[in-house]
Amino acid sequence: MVEVTNMLIVDDEQAADSLITHNPWRQLRQFTAARIGIGRAGVSTPTRETLEFQLAHAQARDAVHTELDIETLQQQLNQLQQEFPQINSQQSLVLHSKAIDRVTYLQRPDYGRQLDEAGFASLKPHYTNTPYDLALVIADGLSAKAIHQNAVKFIASLLPLLLKEIPDFSLAPISLVNQGRVAIGDDIGEALNTRAVLMLIGERPGLSSPDSLGLYLTWSPKRGLTDDKRNCISNVRLAGLSYAAAAHKCLYLLSEARRLQCSGVAIKDRSTEKIIDSSAVQTSFLLDNNVDRKGVNGK
Amino acid sequence: MGQSYRYQLGSKTYQFANLADLMAKASPARSGDRLAGVIAETAEQRAVAQLLLAEVPLKTFLNETLVPYEEDEITRLIIDEHDVQAFSTISHLTVGDFRNWLLTDATDTEKLNQVSPGVTPEMAAAVSKIMRNQDLILVAQKCRVVTSFRNTIGLPKRLSTRLQPNHPTDDVNGIAASMLDGLLYGSGDAVIGINPATDNVTQATRLMCLMDEVISLYEIPTQSCVLTHVTNTLECIENGAPVDLVFQSIGGTEKTNSSFGFNLAILAEAQQAALSLNRGTVGQNVMYFETGQGSSLSANAHHGLDQQTCEARAYAVARKFKPLLVNTVVGFIGPEYLFDGKEIIRAGLEDHFCGKLLGLPMGCDVCYTNHAEADQNDMDNLLTLLGTAGCSFVMGIPGSDDIMLNYQTTSFHDALYARRVLGLGAAPEFEAWLEKMQIMSNAGMACLSNHFPPAFAGTLSHSAVKHYHG
Repeated sequence: MVEVTNMLIVDDEQAADSLITHNPWRQLRQFTAARIGIGRAGVSTPTRETLEFQLAHAQARDAVHTELDIETLQQQLNQLQQEFPQINSQQSLVLHSKAIDRVTYLQRPDYGRQLDEAGFASLKPHYTNTPYDLALVIADGLSAKAIHQNAVKFIASLLPLLLKEIPDFSLAPISLVNQGRVAIGDDIGEALNTRAVLMLIGERPGLSSPDSLGLYLTWSPKRGLTDDKRNCISNVRLAGLSYAAAAHKCLYLLSEARRLQCSGVAIKDRSTEKIIDSSAVQTSFLLDNNVDRKGVNGK
Repeated sequence: MGQSYRYQLGSKTYQFANLADLMAKASPARSGDRLAGVIAETAEQRAVAQLLLAEVPLKTFLNETLVPYEEDEITRLIIDEHDVQAFSTISHLTVGDFRNWLLTDATDTEKLNQVSPGVTPEMAAAVSKIMRNQDLILVAQKCRVVTSFRNTIGLPKRLSTRLQPNHPTDDVNGIAASMLDGLLYGSGDAVIGINPATDNVTQATRLMCLMDEVISLYEIPTQSCVLTHVTNTLECIENGAPVDLVFQSIGGTEKTNSSFGFNLAILAEAQQAALSLNRGTVGQNVMYFETGQGSSLSANAHHGLDQQTCEARAYAVARKFKPLLVNTVVGFIGPEYLFDGKEIIRAGLEDHFCGKLLGLPMGCDVCYTNHAEADQNDMDNLLTLLGTAGCSFVMGIPGSDDIMLNYQTTSFHDALYARRVLGLGAAPEFEAWLEKMQIMSNAGMACLSNHFPPAFAGTLSHSAVKHYHG
């Protein structure tokens, strides 16, 4: 035993390091947050990377169980509404799905998709005979953190576009939903009478992205619609799709929905065509390999 | 609705409304069946249902459809295309006998292949419900399903991998970085397959071109796929994009698939379109399907069936189109369908067994989400079990972390672990390429080269990387 201990102590840093085969392409992490170039001990993940992974998993697990901070969101939305006096200036509505808590929410998605009775009652006064153009519904989904960090900032990017592009744009009161899933927007949209609903919802947290916001647009929302009637924009966050790009996609989808009077698979998302055309990077370092060019078919 | 089933246990009488009810009650416990309200109410009721199910003749499944023939094109597919000749070998058996028949020494690979077209998804599902995990492994290991496009998938003692270089904004260099990482760890013989962040024809085309150019430049014996909606891929083909494999997520009822926005006719059209490109060099299996227990319930289209029976019915859809790969994405759907590691592992083994028995090139996305009660150790267990069962392929991701889909699946390292402890190789054409490119010094032993493969050296040259940065 003593000998073993001594051996570990006299092992100098270089010798310990030589237990790991490092990957020179780790430098390509400048292009991606993916865990590339980890290196290996034998064919296995080195100790440090294994334990860092466990830490990230622990953080993502914690994100799932964080609660929506309604009070702060309402304050932020109030401030935002003051910047856009043209739109509905009513206080945002606080709603709850039929899932009473997180444990129920995780096991009963059907409850998370439905508004509770109190919610329907509280929406009644906001029903309008002339439909709103759009309702915004903010729900915790699987990451309240995604909402806290991105929802209000995204709306701040979206509203000016909508006001500019859609004549006499009318917005329903904004809803904040606890324990909500995507389809709860159908209940809310139908109860308010709105032409379209845009759900802002926390996506299931990833190891590297516990804060990813998802957007779902549904035309003519009503109970019982299936997911093929929706268009989705994913991964809206600081390190993902920018608020501006997401807002442009939303505007495109909403314009198409208004033109075709539907949403879902019938709309092909071509909103990025312009962005792609103006993008500098069309090809990649992997194709710019000076060593071996045979086989390139002349592009 | 068909007959009800009764069982007398001491003074207690158990009754099951019909065959669907019996199947559901006989299923090993999982949260999705609880959510659907079809799960056995007690452990004893489940065990009784299994005893009763074992007595059901296999023929019953041909006469008593679980989803009405008139309402569902998958039921029609199963019944209309049933191979009576192949079925004749087992037509006299009950579900319980069928389990014994599958396990018996006389039932070898050749016999299983002969009988496979005569087995319906419901028969496969039924027998799986009375099989233990070791049974599912043993029989699946005897099945052999070999498919090909630019290489050969499913040969004995092989475990292929889908290189999955997803990026949250589809950034070309981000994707290329993960691709390089994967290739240099020996991953990607099943397919290089990207889930695009947004379903969009332009984006899909751009990603197809990127992968096509990389495969051409490095002469990689593999195929590419962008996992976009089948109608998008059709449009890409019409536009002249380099499509190797057509992707679609499929479910086991017509209503599920209509919620996914397609039907059998659209799949047939897409298969023909891909075949017309004639891009396969070794074979012409041009479809890549993904499935997963719970999708029918999620689409409110399960017709009162348990989720594993719905899943097996999806394999009838897959079988029709002779896919290169079928992937059950077992832990992606979340804890409301498969609650924890134990349920995920059981489902993965069931899906792999049923798929193989029905003649499919079955792989498995050994995975979990952060809201499920599962972790890396559960995935190690399932990967090892599936490797033992002869699983055709698993996923490969840098460090197990899919930064686009936000879930954890098997890493490049994990595949090497499985290959090494189980003595499995990559597809032979790909294995030869790995050694030719000096990525591996001994691909049969999963030994990576200790030097940076010279053919890739140019990619890391200072100028190349700097030029494309930002």
